[in-house]
Amino acid sequence: MVAMMVDLCGVRLRNPLVLASGIWGSCAGTLVRVGRAGAGAVTAKSCSLAPRAGHPNPTVLDWGGGLINAVGLANPGAEAQVEMLRAARAGLEPLGVPLIASVFGHSRAEFVEAARRITAAAPDLIELNVSCPNVEAEFGRPFALDPVAAAGVTEAVRGVYEGPLLVKLSPNAPDIAAVARAVAAAGASGITAVNTLGPGMVIDVRARRPILSNRVGGVSGPAMLPVAVRCVYDIAAAVDLPIVGTGGVRSGEDALQMIMAGAAAVGVGSALYREGPAVFGRILNELETLMQQEGFDSLAAVRGCAHG
Amino acid sequence: MAEGIHRVVRVAEARREGRAGVTLITDGALPAEPGQFAMIWLPGVEERPYTIVDDAPFTLTVAEVGPFSAALTALAPGDRLWVRGPYGHGFTLTGRRHLLIGGGSGAASLALLARRALARGDDVTAVLGARSADLLMLPWLYDRLGIAPILATDDGSAGHHGTALDAAAGALATSPDGIYACGPEPMLRAVAEHARDLGIPCQVSVERVMRCGLGVCGQCHCGDRLVCADGPVFGAGVYLEAVG
Repeated sequence: MVAMMVDLCGVRLRNPLVLASGIWGSCAGTLVRVGRAGAGAVTAKSCSLAPRAGHPNPTVLDWGGGLINAVGLANPGAEAQVEMLRAARAGLEPLGVPLIASVFGHSRAEFVEAARRITAAAPDLIELNVSCPNVEAEFGRPFALDPVAAAGVTEAVRGVYEGPLLVKLSPNAPDIAAVARAVAAAGASGITAVNTLGPGMVIDVRARRPILSNRVGGVSGPAMLPVAVRCVYDIAAAVDLPIVGTGGVRSGEDALQMIMAGAAAVGVGSALYREGPAVFGRILNELETLMQQEGFDSLAAVRGCAHG
Repeated sequence: MAEGIHRVVRVAEARREGRAGVTLITDGALPAEPGQFAMIWLPGVEERPYTIVDDAPFTLTVAEVGPFSAALTALAPGDRLWVRGPYGHGFTLTGRRHLLIGGGSGAASLALLARRALARGDDVTAVLGARSADLLMLPWLYDRLGIAPILATDDGSAGHHGTALDAAAGALATSPDGIYACGPEPMLRAVAEHARDLGIPCQVSVERVMRCGLGVCGQCHCGDRLVCADGPVFGAGVYLEAVG
């Protein structure tokens, strides 16, 4: 038997697999179902202070090597999200599955107010989705690309929330280790690495135009796994915080790569495509089998072992 | 058809469905199970899910409800549309005597099921309901298949004066082997509850606003189910549990 229990920022997960934000996370019913299917923790869809309709369809496509999406962060706003999160927590608590609330904003003040309201739902952890454009920065440069902006948001949210705080970084940052160090110094309890890659674009040659209504979108799925593993590796070398390694994981071997790179937990998102929540049970079994084959009796023994 | 995320088909025939909308018969095939859906994209307009009325040739019925359906109903023979799919879980025929109940555009989700059941040599009764005669959809297609559909309208302008479920009373009394329904949610609930009370296996097809259609984004939830991946067809028991 391999011990699969994980401590993520002081929160106990029965296994390291975490449902990533933006997948199956719009309502309590689907979050609880993912918990029942075997996830160690689940992340709700990201929410902002005010409701957002998101982009018109097409918003999500299977381009062959994974998915590309520009949903436009559609969400019902923090007030409605609190009700949804409460219902999800009520269903997840008996299962022993922690709930991660995801929050985003387009300014520091929006982040703070959205996070403050979400605390009313008492999620087990809060994740800051800092990949969205910062309206206060030149050209709306996303917070996640700038260590100072990302740290600013983290520090500001720390003023209204003392609990476990994850900051979700972008693989598009030129120096992701620098962003990780900055948010760690600003009070992050852990790091989710990473958000989608890109943006990318897919053009329909018969229509002679990009397919996504937003023209560009975040690339996820297997195509981004090597990038995500490298990001986790770089972050683990730079900071001493737990990392949720996320991006393109769809097998036990992928998950083990993440943990060897230094991840404490492993996010699973696009892999629910085709397989649904049953993917958690499968990946967990594969992970356990592989660890036994490789002579590991604990996740702690695996974590970061790729750093020679 | 060529590679690509969407395949391109052309409208071969656009057939008016009274005041309700238009049926587009295309020049392409999209092999599908009855009750499955496809995502239809009009570049520069939008993309939305439509049930597959027929798979060879691929046919869809468009109810006029908003800007996107207005753009679809404006298509003329020769115009192109972009299609991806088929997606979702469709109907499974149970037994040999089938009762199909369609409300409004729900008639579209049951047409391919009727065709497949007839191909097996099964007995098919179809009841189609709408608010008024000019909002009935696809009665001509059921006629063409050789099933004279029982019609029902809320205002009595065609067929039975009342709901599709009322009009199905006679057929229900003959204890069909399976009931299959698509239409407005109150109708689905009434049919599902009725079938449960009668102890007849029943499947219902559910509509939700969708984004990905791939079982990823979670937008089209119905209780703890996703309509695009777990549905759109659900067993009546699962449906009643999901909607609470």
